[in-house]
Amino acid sequence: MATKTLANVTVEVTEEGYLTNQAEWTKAVGEAIAKEEGIELTENHWKVVEFLQKEVKENGSLPTIRRLTKSGVVDTKALYQLFPNGPLKKAAKIAGLEKPASCV
Amino acid sequence: MAEDRIKKVSIVVSRGSLEGVYPGLIMANGARMEGMEANLFFTFFGLYAVLDKYMDKIKIATVGNPAMRVPDAKGFPLPTLLGALPGMSAFATWMMNKTMDKLDIPPIREFVEMISAAGAKLYACKATVDMFNLTMDDFCPEVDKVLTVGEFYELSAGSQIIFT
Repeated sequence: MATKTLANVTVEVTEEGYLTNQAEWTKAVGEAIAKEEGIELTENHWKVVEFLQKEVKENGSLPTIRRLTKSGVVDTKALYQLFPNGPLKKAAKIAGLEKPASCV
Repeated sequence: MAEDRIKKVSIVVSRGSLEGVYPGLIMANGARMEGMEANLFFTFFGLYAVLDKYMDKIKIATVGNPAMRVPDAKGFPLPTLLGALPGMSAFATWMMNKTMDKLDIPPIREFVEMISAAGAKLYACKATVDMFNLTMDDFCPEVDKVLTVGEFYELSAGSQIIFT
């Protein structure tokens, strides 16, 4: 466990940079993580991030990419364009959620 | 850690049973999910996973599969003779598909579409295409090209090659 300063606040993160306490997440923290990942957040990024947060709140776990794309928020191709090099992992990290633990 | 990350994989799918096809698809999709470049190469009966007319009819082998148990993974071993009964393979496939859908593992056609949309490339093996008398028209639209084994090795430069 480590701490990190993002958007002028100190947050607790795992070795890989996922927040350990979701309550510490703010939009500004999300933006700071995105910046570290080289992503400039647009409205479409936020839709994905917010969908993940909503799902975790309702179901207690991250949705799969299939569930995310079937929700109508984003399609597979666009998702990979929005979050290159590991879309679900990056989106989850930016959303302040835990590292995805599913195979699909 | 970052330096020894796998950056590129080439996955060969050589079998046409459900349990022969899925591991390669899951690995290819998983590679894209991790940000790796992924190429899928379908050869021999593995080609049936991308043959438009047959890809929705891929079934579990209930014969010659000594690990197979019924009605679930912890049930009784299924004797080969019973596995050969008509409808056995279809039934086992139906059960398995139901379970997979719950886990969000898509049916083969949807999975192939998803993997292609995720940026992986799909190729068919030229030797098999010739042997089975196939043309590009026989394949689903996600198949990019028919490749010789030499071309497959060329595009696999720097890849981990995984044979399934």
